[in-house]
Order: sequence, then C-alpha cells, then structure tokens
Amino acid sequence: MVRETNRHFKFDWITIFLFLLLVGFGWLNILSASHTGSNIDYFDFSQPFGKQLLFIFLTFGLIVILLAIDAKFYERFSSVIYIASMLSLVGLFIFGKNVNGATSWYAIGGMTLQPSEFAKMATALAVAKYVSDLNTNIKLLKDQIKTFTIIIIPAILVLLQNDTGSTLVYASFFFVLYREGLPKYYLNIGISLIIVSVLSLKFGPIITSVTALIFIVGFHFLTKRKLKILQIFVILLMVVAVSFGVKFFYQSILKPHQQDRISLWLNLEKDPSKLEKMKQTFAYNLNESEKAIGSGGLTGRGFMEGTRTTGKFVPEQHTDYIFSTVGEEWGFLGSTFVVVVFVLLLLRILHLAELQKSQFSRVYGYGVASIIFIHFFINIGMVMGLIPTIGIPLPMFSYGGSGLWAFTILIFIFIKLDSNRINEW
Amino acid sequence: MRQLLLFISVIAVGLLFVSRLFYLQIYSSNAHNLFEDNAIRKVYDYPKRGFVYDRNNELLVANQPSYDVMVIPREVEPLDTLEFCSLLKISKERFVKTYDKCRRYSPRLPSVFVSHLSKEDYAVLQEKMRKFRGFYIQKRSLRNYETTIGANVLGDIGEVNNRIIEKDPYYKMGDLIGKQGVEASYEKTLRGVKGIKFIQKDRFNRNIGPYKGGKFDTIPEQGKDITITIDAQLQAYGELLMKNKRGGVIALEPSSGEILAMVAAPSYDPNILVGRERSKNFTKLHNDSIAKPLFNRSLQGVYEPGSPFKLMNALIALQEGVMSPNETVTCYRGYRYGNRVMKCHCNYGTRNNMIGGIQRSCNAYFATTYRKILDKNGSASDGIDVWSKHAKSFGLGQFLNNDLFVGQKGRIPDRAYYKHIYPKTFYSTYTISNAIGQGEVATTPIQLANMVAAIANRGYYYTPHIIKHIEGETLPEQFTKPKHTTIDKRYFEPVIEGMYQVYKKGTAASLQVKDIDICGKTGTVENFVKIDSVKTQLTDHSIFVAFAPKENPKIAIAVFVENGYWGSRFAGRVASLMIEKHIKGYITRTDLEEWLLKHSLEDEYAKPYSGKPFKINGSTTLQIVEEKEYYQLKRELKRINKPKL
Repeated sequence: MVRETNRHFKFDWITIFLFLLLVGFGWLNILSASHTGSNIDYFDFSQPFGKQLLFIFLTFGLIVILLAIDAKFYERFSSVIYIASMLSLVGLFIFGKNVNGATSWYAIGGMTLQPSEFAKMATALAVAKYVSDLNTNIKLLKDQIKTFTIIIIPAILVLLQNDTGSTLVYASFFFVLYREGLPKYYLNIGISLIIVSVLSLKFGPIITSVTALIFIVGFHFLTKRKLKILQIFVILLMVVAVSFGVKFFYQSILKPHQQDRISLWLNLEKDPSKLEKMKQTFAYNLNESEKAIGSGGLTGRGFMEGTRTTGKFVPEQHTDYIFSTVGEEWGFLGSTFVVVVFVLLLLRILHLAELQKSQFSRVYGYGVASIIFIHFFINIGMVMGLIPTIGIPLPMFSYGGSGLWAFTILIFIFIKLDSNRINEW
Repeated sequence: MRQLLLFISVIAVGLLFVSRLFYLQIYSSNAHNLFEDNAIRKVYDYPKRGFVYDRNNELLVANQPSYDVMVIPREVEPLDTLEFCSLLKISKERFVKTYDKCRRYSPRLPSVFVSHLSKEDYAVLQEKMRKFRGFYIQKRSLRNYETTIGANVLGDIGEVNNRIIEKDPYYKMGDLIGKQGVEASYEKTLRGVKGIKFIQKDRFNRNIGPYKGGKFDTIPEQGKDITITIDAQLQAYGELLMKNKRGGVIALEPSSGEILAMVAAPSYDPNILVGRERSKNFTKLHNDSIAKPLFNRSLQGVYEPGSPFKLMNALIALQEGVMSPNETVTCYRGYRYGNRVMKCHCNYGTRNNMIGGIQRSCNAYFATTYRKILDKNGSASDGIDVWSKHAKSFGLGQFLNNDLFVGQKGRIPDRAYYKHIYPKTFYSTYTISNAIGQGEVATTPIQLANMVAAIANRGYYYTPHIIKHIEGETLPEQFTKPKHTTIDKRYFEPVIEGMYQVYKKGTAASLQVKDIDICGKTGTVENFVKIDSVKTQLTDHSIFVAFAPKENPKIAIAVFVENGYWGSRFAGRVASLMIEKHIKGYITRTDLEEWLLKHSLEDEYAKPYSGKPFKINGSTTLQIVEEKEYYQLKRELKRINKPKL
C-alpha cells in the first residue's frame, strides 16, 4: 500500500469516513426518536437531538486535539491514564450520582459524565502497554495473572456500580490476549463454559452432564486422539461442577430481574400469565423494539415517519434502543447498511492493527476493535432479541456525550498511532 | 491463525444480524396496516343519520342530541361529590361503584360515567362542569321519533353485536346499527359513511397529533333521508283500531305495490327504545312471549288464510277451464265426500254459480271447484302441481323479496310436499281443506294483501315495498316492474264481481261504505293450540281481504285478527274503515269505529293460559273496554281524524 507522505493525508481516511457515517446517521435517528411535534429547532439544547448535536461539534475539537498530540504520548502516559481512570471510577462511590439504579455518573454543573465509558479506553491502553512490554510473556501464568488484574479491576468497579453491561465489555479483552499468544486451552475452556452453561440452564444439569459424557466418549472412540481415563474423568467432573454451579448461580446469586431476563431469552418460562407480565414489565422494551423493527419491512416507513418511533413506544429508544428506530424507519435495507458499516469499520481496524510494526499499536488496535465489537454484538443482538437484555450503548450511534467522546478517543488514538507507523523504528 | 478469531467473529455476527433482520422485517413482517397499528388512534366522526319521512312528507324519525358524562379517572381531582351526585341525579353509592368500575377498566382512557342525560340536566351540569376535573360531557346522536306509532315499521337502532362486527369490518364496538324495520333494511342508506381521523399516540396512550398531518383522514358522508310509502295517518288509524286485539293489517296501493300501512298488534311506542331505558324496555318487550310485541304479525304471522283463498281457487278453476262462471253447484249445507262432510252455512239446496259461491262463501262450491282442478287430467298428483304453480304466481308460498327486514315464506303445498304423508296414493279429497284455505295452505297478511292487489289489478302485482324515495336515487327495478300472474285478465271479472257482491248482499253486507264500491271477502278460520300437549280449539280467527274502488283500485287490504271469530266481525270492520279513511279521508261509518274501540279481545287471549276450562266462538261474550280507557281511545281517535292543515 502506497502511503501519502503529506502530513495531512497519512491518517486512515476510510476509518474516519466510516466513523463519521455512523455518527451522522446515528444523529438522524436520535432526532427521529426524540423529537416532539413538527417544528424542530435543531439547536434546542434541552432536547436529546440538540444536545447530541452539541456533543458532535465538541467531538470535532476533540479529534483535532487527539491527532495533534504526539503518538508517543499515548504509550508513555498509558499507565497514568489508566490509574487516573481507575481513581475516577473509585471516586464515584463518594461523589457519584445515581441514575436509574446505577451510580455511574459525575454531575459537573448541568452536565453529567460517565467515567466508565472512558475506563474502557484507559484499560485498552494499559493492556497494550503491559502486553507489549519486552519483559512480558503472555504464555506465562504469572504475566497472565497480571494482565487479568489490569482488566478485572475496572470490571469489578463498574459491576459494583450496578453497570452489568459495561462489565461484560471487559470480557472482550480475551480477543486481544488470544491474538497475542494466550494459550489455546483458554479458548477451549471459554467456549465449553458458555456451551455448558447455556445447556445447563436450558435443559438442566443432568441432561447436560449426560450429553457431555456421550460427547467425550464419542470423541474418544471416533477420533484418533485417545484420551486417558483420568482425562475423561476430570473433564466430566468439571462439566458436572460447572453445570450445577451455573444452576446454583442462576437460582441463588442472580437477582430476580436478571433471572427473568435469562428465562425469557431461553424460553424457560411457560406460564402464559407470567410471560404476559414479563411483556409488560422488563420485556416491554424488547417486545416493542421487535415490533418496531418488524414494522419496517424492506424499505422502512421513511425518516421521521415511524409510528412507533414517533409515538415513543420503545422506551430509551434514543439511547440503547436506537437500532429499533433504524429498523422501523429505514427498514431491512437501512438496518443492513448499519450492520455492514459496523462490520467494515471493525475489519478495517483489525486490518490496520495487523499492519502495525509496534506491538503496542497492534495490541491497542485489537483492543479498540474488540471493545467496539462487543458493544455492537450485545446492543444489536439485544434489540433484536437474540441475547438477554443488557444495557449497553451502540457505539457512535446511541445518544450520550460520554459514550460518543469515549469512542472518539478510543478510535482516534488508534488513528494517530496508525499514522505514526512510518516513524516507528 | 490466531488473527482470524476476531476477524471471523465479526463477519459471523454481521451475517447473523442480517439474517435476523431478514426474519423480522421481511419473512415475518406483515404489510403495514394503519387500522391494525396500535400506535395510531382511530377516531371516528359519525355522520348525521338520515331522516325518515312518510309518503306525505311528514317527518317520522329525526335525531336528537344525547349527552354522556365521561370520566378519565387519572385526571380526577377531589371534588364535591354531594353536589356532583345531585346534579347527575345519582346516589353516592352509585357514584363510588361506577367510579371504581371506570378506574378498573382504565385510569387513562375515558369511560362513560352516566349516559343519556336529559337536555335539562345537561344545561344545569354544563355550567358547573369546570369544577369537576377529569369529567367531561360527550355529545352523541340518538334517534328521535316524532310519532308514537309505527314501531314495527320504523324499527330502532342499537349497539352492534360482535357477530356483526366480525362479519362487517365497517362496524366497530359501540357503533349504532339499525336493528329492526326500515332502520335495519335501509341501514346503509340512513347511516352514511363515518369519517375517520388517524391520530398518533404515544406509549401512554396520549394523543400527540394528527398522523402525517391528517393525510389519510376522511370526512364523513352524511346519511341520506328516505321517504317511506307508509301513510302515517292511516298507520296511526290502523294501530288505534287494532288496540286490544292481536293480529296484522297490510294495506297496499295496487297500482304501485307501495305499503300504505303495516299494522302489527300489539305494538309499542318506538320512543321507549331510545335512551337510558332502552335495554330495560327491550328486555321487557323481548320477554313477553305471549303477546310478542316485537313479532311483526303482518309480515311474520303465518296463518291459514281461510275463505279469502277461495278467490284463488276460483281464478285457477277459470284459467284451467274446469268451471265456467255460470256453472252452478248445489249446496246441501255442506259437501259430502266418501263418508265425511264439510259443513257450509248456505241454506239447504242453494244453487251457487261462481259469484254466488264467493258472495255466500259456499264451501260446497269450492270443494267441487278444487276437486275439478286437481282431477282435470285424471291425476290429482299432476293437478296439485298445476294448482300450486298458479297460486305461487301470486307471490304466495315464497318470500316476496322485498325491502322489509323480516318475512315468512308461508306455505303452498305441491305433490312433493305431500310425498311423505301420502307416499303412494294421492286423491283430490285428501287435501280438500285447501279448497277453503285451510289445511296445509298458509300465508302471511302481506302475502294475502298482495294477492288481493293482484286481483284488483286483474292479473299482475308490484312487489310490495316500503321505500318511496331516497335522496338522489331511483328505486330498483324489482319494485317498479309489474309481475304477471299465470291467470289471464279476463278471468278476474267474475271473481271481482263476486267480491263486490260480498259487500252488496253477502257476508260483509253490514260493512258497506257510502259512495265506495268495495270488493271484499271474509274469512273465518278454525285454529288450535296445544295446552299441556292437548290439542285445544280456540275461537276462530277473523280474517278479511278487500280492495276499493272496484274500478281503478286505490287500496288493497288484508286484515287478520286473532280469535276475532267470524270475518266481518273484527277484521271486516277494520278493513272497511281503513278503506274509507284512505279514499275519503274522513269517516262516515263512525258506528264501526266506536264498536271496535269499545271491544277488546284481551280476555279471549288470556283464556288459554288461565288453566281453567273455557268456551269458544258462539258461547263467548265480548269484553267491553273500561270506560276510562275507552275515552282515552276516543280522544286519540279524535286527534288522528283531525284534518291536517
């Protein structure tokens, strides 16, 4: 790939273009989901669409600053940024403002700031810094533990603030570490854990264990790889332990509202009156959002024409449920367009990450892609009813200044690092 | 290979999302329908229901505003319940009960709190309404009957039931629809088409504004006024004459088939089916299984026609050439067949030709005639089919296909009908009762009136109908095109002459009206009911048919009075008076009027249900109405007979 030598054109314009496309289209949908009446004052800063427009303008300033700062700064100061970010999370326990049951906001004047959004970026920098350190070998358990600690600290802090969605984001660092050489059994164990947990919840621990036994024995006899009896025994014991453990966790540790979400997702609830109650309470959003998406058809109802959007049938539609507006008003074509743009953006970032000469830049790029990917997967998956309801915004799309800025910083640090690729070595 | 994990995950999730979108938006998505979209509120704008006028442009049915007090429980603020209750004229208990009911239905949606306020209550309440937050007054349109007559003609409107809503998507819960009478048969004309407004609502069911600026809204189409063929004055007169009797009267204009009067007795005041008391009153009428006021005897009452049917047999005999007008039959106070006798009132040895036979209603004459018709070709099986075909050409034994909401087929038997009773042999004597209009023959008053109209027209009739005019429309051809009977015109004169003689010298000689040549025929029909599963004979039905004048007939009439005994006693009087009323506009035979008002058959009707043994026909004495009621009826009569300015 021939690169322009001109200073202004060495940024990756494809990534910037896809980013702006999502921000712009997102704002149109926020406008549609939050406007009331037919006279729209775009600069009405009391309305979400007006505020978001202000945030977007401020974003441009932020971008200029991010790109102006020397690339080396981010690597050198990653630890400082990480520590500051963790302190800001801890500070929430003292100064935090409670919104909708989650204590994850600072109120500064008339504005609110959500430090957990920025913590993702800080963690990505810290992980990149630690993993790319010459003394670190991710294949060693000692270094693995240290890396996990970096990731788990913010995860636990946000979990304590009742922000389950943001906690899950930290799981995405698995992709980063795996790319950098985390042993394969982590992947095997991870996938097995997910499968066993879901099966156990859906069909019960006993059926799961028996299935696992059949599977392992079948594996033993049908493939060339022969397992020792002890191995089979240990694996089976783990399966039984996990499947019963999950059941226990589901029944005794999870809060009722979390149980409900899972039971709805896995179709565990058979009592129609309870199902109806679910549809009116926490599943109301999901129900309405699926209806809104379904009513879009092929081409959608047209911009600002969706009756369910205009009628505000989907609560939180301009934030977490913004994708249902796309579904209703832009239809299958518009929704597919958004999905494709996200996929392209992610693939572009991954491609650039692989091109990086410095390990720090590569690990960070992977972190960026992983974080955006998990948001994309959980948010749209939830809005379409593919996974249980988890509150998490759609990057660049959902309403919210902290989120928009955090993702802007996340992405543009990487764009800056990428632009500095030629100056490496 | 480690690079590929996230790469593949991204692409896999992308594909998963697109296929889920395809499933939600293309595969399982229904085309958007505004009516099914629960984000859009549909508000209907009801048009004015058309008025109903009689043939002389007298307004019969109009509309009146009605006021309902509505409540939105969530918006209610503490109020002076005592004052509110006294304004609404309800008790405190009822207030609490209704309020609870409304709140349980929905705190956000309006419910009817008190329906159908009177205009006076409304006026007082409206002044103070602002004090009662959460309550408001909604105007609705109800029917207003400008008259107290014609309940069975005009019908009524009520809320649609679920069966209709499922069948016809036009109707929504709570809509009003014609239930009976012309309200039902001209429902689509009268109701118009309601307009619709689409209003965007939010998830709390609040209105936000018109959907797409009202692009899809429609304006209501007003209901059309209709003019019906009924002469309100004649109708009122008929209903008055039929007070304290049961039965039906149909008066037709032979030259057009228009129904001049359609009386079903007993009747009721149509105003009782409007407003607050509607459902209570309707239940009362509906549950009266003995007098059956909702049963329209003039259209649905299937009776053996008795002697008037002899006219039919005379016509068929002439058409088939089995009798000539001058051929005589000697009556020996009855007709003997086999070892049985059909009795007759003629003097012993009377020689009747056709005119005499009709004039004296001779059973022997018509038994002979009937047998000759059936045995014409030696086979009664073929004969009865020919006989049946002729009778059916007068509209008997089948639906008339008119614009009335209810009707009955009646019965004109043919060979096929008798197959199950007489599977092998079939002789004309088996069905000899048909000769005198009893046995298996059965007609409704409107069918019989139509038969008389066809005789008056000498061979054709127009389908009897009730619509005279609809704004901006012409009547359908089925009502304007004559239907020809299978009897040639020339055969009618002897029969009409016989009917004329009925008035001149025969069974209705006492009912003559000065200056009007009336042609009529009496009928006296034996009838039976089952009391505790014992077949018991009741007093005969009094039946009368007539038309007048003899040339250029203006009215044809059929009167059935249940258990009125002989034909000229009740039915004949009613028929003669209505003819005079219609032709002259005033009454000279006031003696007949007084007699009818003075006599009641209520005792007669009560007898079979009394549980005691009772007498019938000649052994009974007539009930005289109480003086108070009599004077009330007289006053009513005076009001009706007052000439219109």
